[in-house]
Amino acid sequence: MAVSARMDFKSRLRIWLPKLVLSPSLAMVLVFVYGFIAFSVYLSFTDSRLLPSYGWVGWENYSKLWRLSHWEISLANMGIFAALYIGSCTALGLGLAIFLDQKIRIEGVLRTIYLYPMALSFIVTGTAWKWFLDPGIGLENVMQTWGWETFGFDWIKNRNLAIYTVVLAAVWQTSGFVMAMFLAGLRGIDNEIIKAAQIDGASNWNLYRRIVIPQLRPAFLSAFVILGHLAIKTFDLVIALTGGGPGRATELPATFMYSYAFTRNQMGIGAASATIMLMTIAAIMIPYLYAELREKR
Amino acid sequence: MRALIYLVLTLCALFYMLPLYVMLVNSVKPLDEITGGGMMNLPQVFTLVPWARAWSSAQIGVEPTGLSPYFWNSIRMVVPAVAISTLLGALNGYVLTKWRFKYDTILFGLMLFACFIPFQVVLIPMARMLGLMGLAGTTRGLVLVHVVYGVGFTTLYFRNYYAFFPTELVRAAQIDGAGFFRIFWRILLPSSGPIAVVSIIWQFTNIWNDFLFGASFADANSQPMTVALNNLVQASHGVKEYNVHFAGAILAAMPTLLVYIVAGRYFVRGLMAGSVKG
Amino acid sequence: MRSQFKTITATVLALALGGDAATAQGDGGVEVLHWWTSGGEAAALNVLKEDLEKQGIGWTDMPVAGGGGEQAMTVLRARVTAGNAPTAVQGLGFDILDWANQGSLADLNAVAAEEGWDSVIPAALQKFARVDGKWVSAPVNVHSTNWVWANKAVLDANGIAVPTTWEEFTAALDKLKAAGVTPIAHGGQAWQEATVFDAVAMSVLGPNGYQAAFIDLDEAVLGGDRMKEAFDRMAVIRANVDDNFSGRDWNLATAMVINGTAGFQMMGDWAKGEFLNAGKVPGQDFLCFRFPGTTEQVIFNADQFMMFDQGGSVSAGQAALASAILSPSFQSAFNVVKGSVPARTDVSDEAFDDCGKKGMKDLAAAASSGNLFGSMAHGHAAPASVKNAIYDVVTAHFNGAYDSTTAVTELVDAVSIAR
Repeated sequence: MAVSARMDFKSRLRIWLPKLVLSPSLAMVLVFVYGFIAFSVYLSFTDSRLLPSYGWVGWENYSKLWRLSHWEISLANMGIFAALYIGSCTALGLGLAIFLDQKIRIEGVLRTIYLYPMALSFIVTGTAWKWFLDPGIGLENVMQTWGWETFGFDWIKNRNLAIYTVVLAAVWQTSGFVMAMFLAGLRGIDNEIIKAAQIDGASNWNLYRRIVIPQLRPAFLSAFVILGHLAIKTFDLVIALTGGGPGRATELPATFMYSYAFTRNQMGIGAASATIMLMTIAAIMIPYLYAELREKR
Repeated sequence: MRALIYLVLTLCALFYMLPLYVMLVNSVKPLDEITGGGMMNLPQVFTLVPWARAWSSAQIGVEPTGLSPYFWNSIRMVVPAVAISTLLGALNGYVLTKWRFKYDTILFGLMLFACFIPFQVVLIPMARMLGLMGLAGTTRGLVLVHVVYGVGFTTLYFRNYYAFFPTELVRAAQIDGAGFFRIFWRILLPSSGPIAVVSIIWQFTNIWNDFLFGASFADANSQPMTVALNNLVQASHGVKEYNVHFAGAILAAMPTLLVYIVAGRYFVRGLMAGSVKG
Repeated sequence: MRSQFKTITATVLALALGGDAATAQGDGGVEVLHWWTSGGEAAALNVLKEDLEKQGIGWTDMPVAGGGGEQAMTVLRARVTAGNAPTAVQGLGFDILDWANQGSLADLNAVAAEEGWDSVIPAALQKFARVDGKWVSAPVNVHSTNWVWANKAVLDANGIAVPTTWEEFTAALDKLKAAGVTPIAHGGQAWQEATVFDAVAMSVLGPNGYQAAFIDLDEAVLGGDRMKEAFDRMAVIRANVDDNFSGRDWNLATAMVINGTAGFQMMGDWAKGEFLNAGKVPGQDFLCFRFPGTTEQVIFNADQFMMFDQGGSVSAGQAALASAILSPSFQSAFNVVKGSVPARTDVSDEAFDDCGKKGMKDLAAAASSGNLFGSMAHGHAAPASVKNAIYDVVTAHFNGAYDSTTAVTELVDAVSIAR
């Protein structure tokens, strides 16, 4: 301490400069993310309806929330959606990446085709998907006019199956991005290891199962983080595709929260659902971040 | 075996192309051909009128302006927002890897966790803050919002990338008397191309496609393209001009598609160079 | 790299600091937030804009479509929270009352007194435009939701006369089904199911029961046997729609009636515009009549423009806008296009077609006989929270998640949580 006190202004600035450079971003995040989260948690204990108001009601919003079957449906859907979405995207992305990595001649074209859905918002593709899934004009109709009379595909109209069409569209949108991450991971693996294994006579299947895929661990983790965060934020997709229907069969927590906070004028309940969502995210993310960041030491 | 691989890859490519195909063929059909059914059929009469209408004369509000004025609103918002958040991310990544200090990992963790906040949560408090700062309803306000909620991602990308940048080079430059910014400018930035592409693609896509913030925080003079497209597509009364909707949708997606096609090859390279390595 | 970077930086800075063009608000103009973006509506609104511009008042357009105004209401909330409220905002029913109770709306009494709004606007509608004796918004139109639209050729071919009772109606449905026609065209979205429910509930519960259930939220009526019967009738309607109804937009359902693939559609009077656009003539090609059992009643919802307080006084622009909205010529011109009827009862029906004339006559009669009720489905009976809670139950029942007995229990429960 005594030393730093005697330092001239310039060298003191030099020590503080990195922190100064970091501070605007940090300040923004503290206010606009953590400050707002705190505000939202506070609102969940108030009688806010149309706009924030500050009458304290304790746990009332939470007890109302858990009485709503609508909330249970959206939680159950989240479970189905997140599991299938993350699972399928990872499987499809990995599969495509492994195939694309076999020195495919038209790789550039294929890669762009797999990637482009990520570039489109669902305001754009929602209508196309809606048509495609609609039995009257979409796939079912096309197959039938092509002569496959008994072909049926009306999931989007069925309240037990509609959630799977949401998964389908979501996988379409992001699996290409996951493919790119795995492809990058595959390209980063040392060729010598693979060659050595091939000389040892390992079959292709064993080569990938024993050697390549374990090496992709960082890519897997990045994919899980990105997919997990996209799953939780899924909103536009549901609105564009099903509007939460048939009935309320495809509601997700994000659409639930939006509808209570903004269209039903029950901001308190909306904030309570947001709080539960945030706590869930934290419960999954904090251990992950802890493990990831500690390891890098 | 190889034939099988090609077959699978091609079938998948067809599946991925399907929605775009539907949009494209139907955007060049006259409306009566669409309502007649057959969404997969090629147009019998080819027309570019829907494209012209979507761009310059479709009904967005009380006046038939088409999407064109909103396109420029989006550009005015997206270019500064992407540039600022990428630059901030680069600086943050640089500090977090080359100028380590106590608890820096915790700060990074805080910024990273911020990526996960659902945007619906911040709508009302953000509106209040923008009002207090005098930025309500301005493009500058939107730029700020997008920088705030993008900086976590850009910091993540650059941090992971710079972690593999040889620290010895930085130390050597320091010994030569180079300062904080000089090192960043002369040594790190020139080799940041691949990761900058990743960051720019990611931010550009997210900001260009954002609807919620654009609708809530813009006013009549700064509404971005997605809001206009939504007005076009969501109009509930009267005949739905699907061909115009699809043409508008492709027009609205054009910049992001272009970015992916032009920069796509660098994208995998950039991901390879850092963000998916441990 | 470096010189490139400088150019980029300069461009970015220029864009970032370029600033925004001044809005029209400053010079006494109006900024109007609305969701009327489809051709006909926007053209009608453009009449209003040109009218104001002739008086030297600028119109800044702020359209946000989606979800029947839901999206616009979210935007409005952000704008008000930011202290940047638009001067005029399209609003419906309880949304207007909610904003008035927040103290956000301007006092239009001066304009209203000068133009005599009190005497020409029906009292049931005034409830949503006047709060504590203060006019806060300018009504544009009166829509009515208990209409049935029918394809005349299909009805004639099957020997069906306009049904006036539920029994006649179900008989007609059976005939159509037997003839291989989809009896009812319906779009499976929560608000559409609720729109049908409005009329069905009115026909079962009667005006007093409707008032008790949806306006007074009386649990005895909400959970009563009559309500169960209303749900039973919804199940009958469900049995008469096609399999592909879910998620369908209302205007596509209307198209089914226009094309003759379906016989009836229960929908608000905005459906008329679709028939007219297709070149159909009321009375010749299509029929409009009140839902069987609600011939006397009119269930209404009204679009209005709320005026947001601009520092304690009504701006010149707002006053001019309000006055232009209520002018008989605009009321007639706009509503002829929109399918609704004028919000003031003293407008000539000359320009309207047969359905429009009938709508105006029904409205006047219902208003004077106490048979004019706000629509539950469209936010004119109960606040948004209750409205949506009822939607949840009605749509779940319609889609087969509940039987009628469960639906009634759920209805009481959902309304009690939402209050």
